[in-house]
Amino acid sequence: MKIIINGKEEAVAENATLEEIVASRGLNPGGIIVELNYALVKRESWPDTILRENDRVEILRFVGGG
Amino acid sequence: MADALKIGGRDLTSRLFLGTGKFSANRLIPEVVKASGAQVVTVALRRVDTDYQEENIAAYVPAGCILMPNTSGARTAEEAVRIARLARAAGCGDWVKIEVIRDNRYLLPDNYETIKATEILAAEGFVVLPYMSPDLSVAKRLAEAGAAAVMPLGSPIGSNRGLRTRELIRILIEEIPLPIIVDAGIGRPSEAAEAMEMGAAAVLVNTAIATAGDPVAMGRAFGLAVEAGRAAYLAGMPGTVDYARASSPLTGFLRD
Amino acid sequence: MIKGTGNVSFYEERLKYAGFDFEGFFRRVTDADIERALARDRLAPQDYLALLSPRAEGFLEEMAQRAHRLTVQHFGRVILLYTPMYLSDHCVNQCLYCGFRAQNRLERKKLTPAQVEEEARVIAATGLKHVLILTGESRRESPVSYIRECVEVLRKHFTSISIEIYPLELEEYRELISAGVDGLTIYQEVYDEEVYAALHPAGPKRNYRFRLEAPERACRAGIRTVNVGALLGLHHWRSEAFFTGLHAGYLQDKFPEVEVSMSPPRMRPQMGGFQPRVKVGDRNLVQYMLAFRLFMPRAGITISTRERAELRDHLVRLGATRMSAGSCTAVGGRLEHWSAGQFEISDERSVAEMARMIYSQGYQPVFKDWHTV
Ligand code: SF4
Repeated sequence: MKIIINGKEEAVAENATLEEIVASRGLNPGGIIVELNYALVKRESWPDTILRENDRVEILRFVGGG
Repeated sequence: MADALKIGGRDLTSRLFLGTGKFSANRLIPEVVKASGAQVVTVALRRVDTDYQEENIAAYVPAGCILMPNTSGARTAEEAVRIARLARAAGCGDWVKIEVIRDNRYLLPDNYETIKATEILAAEGFVVLPYMSPDLSVAKRLAEAGAAAVMPLGSPIGSNRGLRTRELIRILIEEIPLPIIVDAGIGRPSEAAEAMEMGAAAVLVNTAIATAGDPVAMGRAFGLAVEAGRAAYLAGMPGTVDYARASSPLTGFLRD
Repeated sequence: MIKGTGNVSFYEERLKYAGFDFEGFFRRVTDADIERALARDRLAPQDYLALLSPRAEGFLEEMAQRAHRLTVQHFGRVILLYTPMYLSDHCVNQCLYCGFRAQNRLERKKLTPAQVEEEARVIAATGLKHVLILTGESRRESPVSYIRECVEVLRKHFTSISIEIYPLELEEYRELISAGVDGLTIYQEVYDEEVYAALHPAGPKRNYRFRLEAPERACRAGIRTVNVGALLGLHHWRSEAFFTGLHAGYLQDKFPEVEVSMSPPRMRPQMGGFQPRVKVGDRNLVQYMLAFRLFMPRAGITISTRERAELRDHLVRLGATRMSAGSCTAVGGRLEHWSAGQFEISDERSVAEMARMIYSQGYQPVFKDWHTV
């Protein structure tokens, strides 16, 4: 199925969880924030969050800024 | 506490706010914080670039500092609100610097959208510090909307051109009962000192420190300049006497 | 408004100074405090108070030079002329210092709209375009509907109509504004709440707060100008001047679209012989005007014909921006001399004489400074 990650369409396995998506990208879960369809998903809930077709995932982090 | 800057229930002794963009290495940040004495540090929220690993900037901000996420990247009030809520949900605390920019050429803020975002976020209990183009009626509206301070720009972001908006900022300092924090454009410690002498409550500096030859030493220089300017303001600037003693007194007729 | 100081009324604002030790403050003021206040671009309330101190009397000439320069800078060399018109002297209040108070026996008068028209013609013939209408407080004899009727008549003759009447509700201000009123003058008389209570023993005017917040209501209703003041002679003038300045400053901050001004009226002898409790000399009056001008560089200062001609001539260059002329404090007084006035006037010069005096000082008398389109 396809979902949108950070604005880009990507193909992922059916029933993939948020946890798997983050892990597959080699991201350190400590430093990022994940939003699913414009709602924040807490770190604890990532393994239980199953993705559906056309879901929008935003993976964000704090960076330097003024 | 003597001469504390009170914002959002906090008493700040340092009147230098530090931005964390453009540093050549994040490990400099804690050192700059220490050298400058800054207690409020800004960060931004961005989409992760999955192609290369970045570090989490928040890990470099010493504990005890107030982490103030900005809403850079927002082009509308709605986007700014969304970023602010996310940052808070991610554990950033209540402080937020609203920055709404639709102009990619000069990077000047959109005051109208900024007011809207301020109103929404203040109602949600955020400590809102809006970045704005200095304008008196906008500042009044921001105050009414519940801003905790107003942050007019000295000149466009990153331009290091100094206090080009001096007169307008002076009017805000005179007229607005909130702390006025000069944000953007300050390129040298002397300009930070000047803003403080004028009565600004604080200044926010990023580029001038981050891109200096020695950012840590420059952080210290800004810290000292801000203190000096504040001390001068508190001492009561003597002012220039701009009238000559008139030859014909206006009050000579008074006899009783 | 969500939070911030947006909804605090001046009544609440003033409470910040409850129990403030004015005497102690004045004792501690130094020359350096006054010099610093004089050098500031924008004065804080304590700077204003320093300039009102007895010590600042030694700096009167410096204050005058600066006040003069600021006035010319913000207003130019012009004096706006207006004249008062008394519509009715019926009054249910008992202000101890007023000749119109309810218990004074006098034959009460009230102009009919036809008489208003007649008097308006007499005034308009002098060239004046600004009129200030006054009444005592009587919702029976001079209700809002009566005032509106008079305003409708006056509109034909004047470009600006101000009211100096009892305090109204917001909706009533709206009604009069839509009928053509553009200015409100309302003096608190005395800002000290206890003294206020003692001087107003009976009648609706006992409601201190309702009167104090009247200018705010008028501003919210969309008035164009407001004029506040304390009647000098009722209480310590320095603290009264201070609160008048704070009141004007409050209104200017909160309603930037409104033109705010102040009057420093001194008590005049009147029927019934109430003697001023505090002497306010010319030097005091001048100090007050100058300190106020430095504190509020853009606010108007109105000087009435209560003051002597010779003094008024000097005040032209000391910060005044508006003066009354050709005044008469009796109802229908311009038609025939049939009633006693509220107080005695001191400057009886005609409008033409006032205009000549103003010209002779290098200023321009202005009869009309705006006109709605
Ligand atoms: S001052 Fe006004 S309210 Fe008081 S008695 Fe006189 S006319 Fe009436």
